Amino acid sequence: MSVGKLFGKGIVSDNPVFRLLLGLCPVLATSTSVFNAIGMGVSVIFVLLCSNILVSSIRHFIPQKIRIPIYICIIATFVTIVDMVLAGFMPELHKSLGMFIKLIVVNCIILGRAEAFASRNNPFHAIIDALGMGIGFTLAMIAVATFREILGNGTWFGMPVLGTSFEPVLLMILSPGAFFTIGLITGFLNWLDHRKRIPHAVLNG
Amino acid sequence: MDIQNLLVISVGAILISNFVLSRFLGICPYIGVSRQMDSAVGMGLAVIFVMAIASAVTWVIYTYFLMPTHANILFILFGKEGQSPTDLTFLQTITFIFVIASLVQFVEMVIQKTSPGLHRSLGIYLPLITTNCAVLGVSFLNIDSGYNFMESLVNGMASGIGFTLALVLMAGLREKLETARVPKAMQGAPIAFVMAGLMALAFMGFSGLSLG
Repeated sequence: MSVGKLFGKGIVSDNPVFRLLLGLCPVLATSTSVFNAIGMGVSVIFVLLCSNILVSSIRHFIPQKIRIPIYICIIATFVTIVDMVLAGFMPELHKSLGMFIKLIVVNCIILGRAEAFASRNNPFHAIIDALGMGIGFTLAMIAVATFREILGNGTWFGMPVLGTSFEPVLLMILSPGAFFTIGLITGFLNWLDHRKRIPHAVLNG
Repeated sequence: MDIQNLLVISVGAILISNFVLSRFLGICPYIGVSRQMDSAVGMGLAVIFVMAIASAVTWVIYTYFLMPTHANILFILFGKEGQSPTDLTFLQTITFIFVIASLVQFVEMVIQKTSPGLHRSLGIYLPLITTNCAVLGVSFLNIDSGYNFMESLVNGMASGIGFTLALVLMAGLREKLETARVPKAMQGAPIAFVMAGLMALAFMGFSGLSLG
């Protein structure tokens, strides 16, 4: 598989959030604003990248039977690093992401990539895969957060966009809004997919 | 022991801040295992069981092995006179995930030996629970809220019941939905998310309950 195709796979065709429905908890919980979404996304990219590189470089030395505990140990180490760095340098972001930073350790995307990809490929491909999947995850988070922040708060990345006459829809910031947004986005992507498969003649005629 | 306090914690965990619908923990099994009622009930029971045990065990580990107190067992065994106990709380994440993973394995082995019937119905769900963020989540939550041992145990069990409640309700709805006419693009996960949103809306009504 070419490098570009491998990179694009995580962003579009195998997007971890909208296509594979993996790692949904942080997407729903921390997408109340675009700033939080980017913070979470970058943390996930860091952990995914480091664990993929490490797993892929030591893949010939990991005994088959205890590979999962080893992966978990590697992932938990990097999660602890992220947790401490955020607590030290960005205490406000750390506070608003809360428990979900620590919960990256059970995020199925990271363990899934270690098991399904990094353990079978060389470090270079593992880096490309981690970047593709990580950026795909971050873009999905930003997409959800964009809808929720604009409708629920009238702002985007902290900047007011809808003017003062707009009454914020508080519901979008609360939990139901998260479920509605992600449901409608996945539905819309499915609709695009179905449309692509129908020949144009059928649509026009 | 304050019974009223424990009751407040359980109602809070089951209804007001429901694990799935308001804390967003355990979403993957919530969408993945809610197609049939049987599997939803099996998964729910397994989660209640594991969450209660995991809450108790992680609380003990955190309080007696990681916290820098004079009751720390490692300090009692290896500490020297006049030395202050070492703060090991930064090992929280890595310890908890290992404890939970080995606990789940252990519980599975015990159930397999002692009651094959229960193992047949719960067995396939137990390995899935290791990566269920609800179990790790409740362990962190107990520590962050400063609960004592009994409160942690009750909170773990009640959170599991809350998870099961949401999962079983969802499975009931999805079985009915089989016969409903859903637009093609919304079939499967998308409509499940929208229904979860409506359910979360309904559960928000419970936040009006005043406790204590």
